[in-house]
Amino acid sequence: MKILISNHSSIPLYEQIKNAMREAILSGDLKEDEKLPSIRAMAKELKVAILTVKKAYDALEAEGYLVSRQGLGSFVAPKNLELEREERQKELEAHLIKAVSIARQFDVSKTEMFELLDYIYESENNEQ
Amino acid sequence: MNNRIEIKKLTKHYETFFLDDVSFKVPKGYITGFIGPNGSGKTTTIKSILSLIHQYKGTILYNGQDICGENKSYVEDIGIVMDSTFLAKDWTIKNVERAMSVGYSNWDQHQFEDYLKVFEIDQTLKVKELSRGMNTKLMLAIAFSHQAKTLILDEPTSGLDPIIRDEFREILQAYVEDEEHTVLFSTHITQDLEAIADYIVFIQGGKIYFTGSVDDFLNRYVIVKAGLDEADTIEASAIIGSRQYHTRFEAMILREDLPKISDHWIVEKPTIDQIMVFHKRGNN
Repeated sequence: MKILISNHSSIPLYEQIKNAMREAILSGDLKEDEKLPSIRAMAKELKVAILTVKKAYDALEAEGYLVSRQGLGSFVAPKNLELEREERQKELEAHLIKAVSIARQFDVSKTEMFELLDYIYESENNEQ
Repeated sequence: MNNRIEIKKLTKHYETFFLDDVSFKVPKGYITGFIGPNGSGKTTTIKSILSLIHQYKGTILYNGQDICGENKSYVEDIGIVMDSTFLAKDWTIKNVERAMSVGYSNWDQHQFEDYLKVFEIDQTLKVKELSRGMNTKLMLAIAFSHQAKTLILDEPTSGLDPIIRDEFREILQAYVEDEEHTVLFSTHITQDLEAIADYIVFIQGGKIYFTGSVDDFLNRYVIVKAGLDEADTIEASAIIGSRQYHTRFEAMILREDLPKISDHWIVEKPTIDQIMVFHKRGNN
């Protein structure tokens, strides 16, 4: 699992940890049912406060990525395809929103955007 | 029992200084930072916890037990690291070892020797020949070798270089990893706390201003900045501390008071240092 956090980012530390772990789960780097490091071991590893890691784990559990088993620790939750799809869709939307805002900025019309999208799909098809 | 130490309404009057109704908790298994300007009462509070000061009003509980009784054996459960050593300067490390083995019923000689090796402390040296960093490590080695469940650190990292401080933070994180060991860490080097502390106790002028998680502490306040012409558009009662420069006005307010500020002011999350400075500065 790769976790890179920055003390100088405007994103809170716990959120950075949460995002990195979620990414590791979605990408399959962390496997279903895999045991995660304890909160305290992770805090020591990342050199952050215990409560910071706890907050990240709690958030991941609330969002359905982790399950904690009393006395055993935290594990990667069984794969939830719906959740994963939803997550990817959110990501896609964010990119599209950005694309649209750039389009507006430079007066690219909706029709032109659709044409562009068609073009991208077409050229990908041709390559395959 | 979730609190290692609990202080209730600790009050102590000196001629020039007093502790006023000081209450806070040190949760078991976590690192709690104890911050405040010089002379704000940190050391007096710590001395009270260690029964080095007896005459006070209020209650101090250690593992739920009132410490004011005759039995002071709880002190053996506490390791102490201070900015200057409490050991005689002319002692060799061997002398230190012998003195501690008499002083602590739980003393483990082998463990001590192991820590000396880990910390690379030369056993043939005298206490006065050790560098500051080595002295701090020696005090840690002593604390760990009498099975202390609690570490109380009074300005342990002042005067230490960044490399030793980093090592020191790692040692503390490893120490609390088992959920049992507990640290109360008084320091002016607040970057150390921003990195690893879970809870903060903020004392100023003998009064407690905040106790809670570091996150809550940092999120409680914001620093706002604007041109001098706009300085008086913010109501004075919302300002915790402020300062006027030739080019701008800066103030610290509670985050919940943000709606009282016009949109285009610059808003920043403060550091622990800034929170202390603005509190001290007040609103002039």
